Parts: sequence; C-alpha cells; structure tokens
Amino acid sequence: MASTIRVRATVSGDTTEVQALIQHPMDSGFVKDAQGQIIPAHFIQQLTFEHGGRTVFLANWGAAVSKDPYVKFSFKGGAKGDDLKINWMDNKGATDSTTAKIS
Amino acid sequence: MTCGSPSFSRRLVLQGAGSVALVGLGFGTVPAVAAANDKYPEDAFRQKGDADAIKALYGKTAEASDKVKLDAPEIAENGAVVPIAVATALTAVTSISFLVSENPNALAAFYVIPEGTVPAVANRLKMAKTCNVIAIVESAGKLYSATKEVKVTVGGCGG
Repeated sequence: MASTIRVRATVSGDTTEVQALIQHPMDSGFVKDAQGQIIPAHFIQQLTFEHGGRTVFLANWGAAVSKDPYVKFSFKGGAKGDDLKINWMDNKGATDSTTAKIS
Repeated sequence: MTCGSPSFSRRLVLQGAGSVALVGLGFGTVPAVAAANDKYPEDAFRQKGDADAIKALYGKTAEASDKVKLDAPEIAENGAVVPIAVATALTAVTSISFLVSENPNALAAFYVIPEGTVPAVANRLKMAKTCNVIAIVESAGKLYSATKEVKVTVGGCGG
C-alpha cells in the first residue's frame, strides 16, 4: 500500500524546509452521516519528524485539524541526501511512517 | 460537519483520574507542563474554551505580543480548511499552539519546537464559525499570543 504521507524536504543554506501532506479523514466526532449517525472521532494525534536520530518537530493534533492535514516547518542542520523519518499515530492506534530524502 | 471532540480510551481516562488524585494531594500545583515532554496533551485537547485549554496545556496565561505574527485570512470561505500560519521574532521558543475560540474544543494543534527548529509553523484548521484564532508562542518559559478574527462563511463544523 502506498504511504499516506507525502513529504517534500528541501535544503537551502543551513535551513531545511519541510512540507508534509498526509491522507487521513480527521473525523471530529461531531459530524453525522447521511443516516444521521455520528461518525466517530478519528484523527491523527501525534506526528513526529526525525533527522539524524533527533526529533526536529513534534505535532500534537486535535480533531480541528483539517482533513488530509498539511504542515510546514523548517529546521537547521539538514543536508542533501539525509534521511528524514516521519511517523504518525491516530486516536485509534493506527500508525504510518515513511522516510524521505532531503533534496 | 463539526469539529472537535476526541473519543477517549479507558487507559487515558484512568491516567486522567490519576492526575486528579495527584492534584488532590497537592502535587498538581505545576499542571501538566506539556511543553516539557512529548506526551500527547489529551486533557488540554478536551477543554471547551480557549482560556481553559491554555490553562490545561501550560498552567499559566499568555500576554499579547506584537512579536508573534499570526497569518490568517480575513474571510474564510470554507471553514473546513482555513490556512493559518504563525512566525515569531522571539528566541528560545519551545512550543507553538493554535486555538480556535468557538470550536467545540478550542485547542487545535500544539507543536513542540526543539532547539534548532525555526519557530514558524503553517497548517490548515477547521473552524465552526466566525471567531478568534489564537496563536501562542512559548519562549523562555513565558507565553506570548496573537489573536485574529476570521470570518467564516460556511462553517467547517456545521452543514
């Protein structure tokens, strides 16, 4: 199965800019379906980015983050060809991870 | 559609009960201090209003600062996807959080910023209706905030 995570990490000078897009329903638990049944909450709670064995970014998310979430941040010290490990876990315990190359 | 409330596992409920017990014994005077660790701040995400969420997350209040730059649209046509970004000139930043005051649960996202990471984050949030978006930057143990009202034409939590 293809990864749910799409990442673009580009280094410019000493700063690496990271953009990530994840496929996830991010159901809030307030929405009703066509039958009037509440769709249970289902959303990513934690998303981590690791570079060189160090966590460079940790996102804690609530259900108010949009469907198919997007996040952008930058960190110092990445180099071309380095690995960037990305991992998420949702409130149902599902996880996914991927490793991206910094370009 | 609506924003908000997570479902809670029994384990987390029990953890919550444990921390309440600690408060009862007087160990809870420094609440949560979520920024200090990597644990998911379940309790803060459960709070209804923005003031309660900030209290649960940090255990202190924020002061408004022009050093926190909050970038949000004046009008969001679709409340389900509102692009919001924050950047700051402050140094020694350890965390950045986003709150939407009128959402069922105000806290939307809480980002831990380790040393070496630029204190700027962009993301997309759901908004139930027209209300204030609050960004909080934790710098050298103090909280600084910026607030902006975003008008929502179609709620990301109702329809």
